[in-house]
Amino acid sequence: MADFIVRALVAGMMLALIAGPLGCFIVWRRMAYFGDTLSHSALLGLALGLLLEINMQLAVVVVCCGLAFVLVMMEKNKSLATDTLLGILAHSALALGLVMLSFTSIQIDLMAYLFGDLLTVSNTELIWIAAGSLLTLTTLLIFWNKLLAISLHQELAQVEGLNVNGLRLLLMIVMALVIAVSMKIVGVLLITSLLIIPPATARHFSSSPEQMAVGASAAGCIAVGGGIAASWYLNTPPGPSIVVISALLFMLSATLRRET
Amino acid sequence: MNTPSIFKPISNPDVLLDLRSLSYGKGARQILSNISVQISRGQIVTLIGPNGAGKTTLIKIAMGLLQPHEGQVILDPKLRIGYMPQRLQVEATMPISVARFLLLAPHARKEKIAGVLSEVGATSLLNSRLQDLSGGELQRVLLARALLQDPQLLVLDEPTQGVDLKGQAELYRLITQIRDRHRCGVLMVSHDLHLVMSATDEVICLNQHVCCHGHPEQVSNDPAYLELFGKSGAAAMAVYTHHHNHSHDLTGAVIKGSEQ
Repeated sequence: MADFIVRALVAGMMLALIAGPLGCFIVWRRMAYFGDTLSHSALLGLALGLLLEINMQLAVVVVCCGLAFVLVMMEKNKSLATDTLLGILAHSALALGLVMLSFTSIQIDLMAYLFGDLLTVSNTELIWIAAGSLLTLTTLLIFWNKLLAISLHQELAQVEGLNVNGLRLLLMIVMALVIAVSMKIVGVLLITSLLIIPPATARHFSSSPEQMAVGASAAGCIAVGGGIAASWYLNTPPGPSIVVISALLFMLSATLRRET
Repeated sequence: MNTPSIFKPISNPDVLLDLRSLSYGKGARQILSNISVQISRGQIVTLIGPNGAGKTTLIKIAMGLLQPHEGQVILDPKLRIGYMPQRLQVEATMPISVARFLLLAPHARKEKIAGVLSEVGATSLLNSRLQDLSGGELQRVLLARALLQDPQLLVLDEPTQGVDLKGQAELYRLITQIRDRHRCGVLMVSHDLHLVMSATDEVICLNQHVCCHGHPEQVSNDPAYLELFGKSGAAAMAVYTHHHNHSHDLTGAVIKGSEQ
């Protein structure tokens, strides 16, 4: 098998592994809109990185984490956290990113960042993705029970002694990190789907939160494998192919569920 | 203006919680003004009052979830509080069993979980899915979760919400039994005036300020109480004395030792 395919598979599977458990929290806590807002702002980070001539990955991480912080503040002040406001933030960040990109003299392949360019993942990028996935996966595992407790009932968890605001910020930053490292894989416009569809698929076959998380990782890995295969044999774009396979798996799971 | 809660041991060892002239407002709206409440070991204090009277706000201040704008919250910093929230809305997407839910409480162990479940008469629910529980079953599970803290003070926010009339009387009897067994204080919010009167030592009738307070019989004849709930409403909620001589668990079996 060609080297670039191996790199694509490894990168995609690592993302799928972390997207499983993280996506579960996004589904349980209804944070899909937050995910969209974070991922749209990733392009702004990219533009800043290019303009200021700093490491692009780093710029994306910093901008995403900064926005994550703002979102946690907004979530705390519930009256502000409407989907309207999130929509405004998401799309103005995306638009601002695109406008700023036009000021740079460097030509970049915009499509690659909007929809991912999995087949050109370099060894350096692979290391970024591996480090990011490992860090976020370990964090989620360590705080798993606490994050579960605040997702079930925030105030109950707080009375029982958990630092709810700290945990919420932690979850948002994990999400920002995952989005930053996965930009290359499916692109900013499709990242949220990779976080949400696999947990929705696994949900039908799980009887515990842990089963759902593992099932979501597995569904994500199948989608990555299938998407890359489709891209190889049918010459389709890999990022969107992964999302399409993921959606097909979801529909299949929903049908199977109804028949049992 | 913001006086923080004071956590310090109280000179009288029987007093668990001492709320002194609390005031709280949201924007221009005053929610609580000049409220003082004291709860001692083994005492059941019930907050009643119309919607928007500030009952839930008051217990949130008592547990440190909200900071009062004026006044003091005095309690032992090591006071173990068991909290039963108003309702638990479990996300349909989260597959979780009763056992797993209870294990999320800090320091919960399997043996302890079996103990608290049998105490609330819900042993048969151990492996049920949280979403499949009826209103009364869910309330018992929430009460079990509060008991896992070995509480010195139980804080119950409308413990009988979504429970049928017969179940409500049983739940109040259960709360009285728990108080007798653990010698804990109970601070409870309720709408079911007629049922709660028989299970409480002190009633505080709240409508942003303390309208009246005292023993149940005393309060139900108080002009302020009659005015707040209307004469006919108050008559329908007259002191309720129940002569049932045993209790049932969820399967309908008589709980051993509950005969009086």
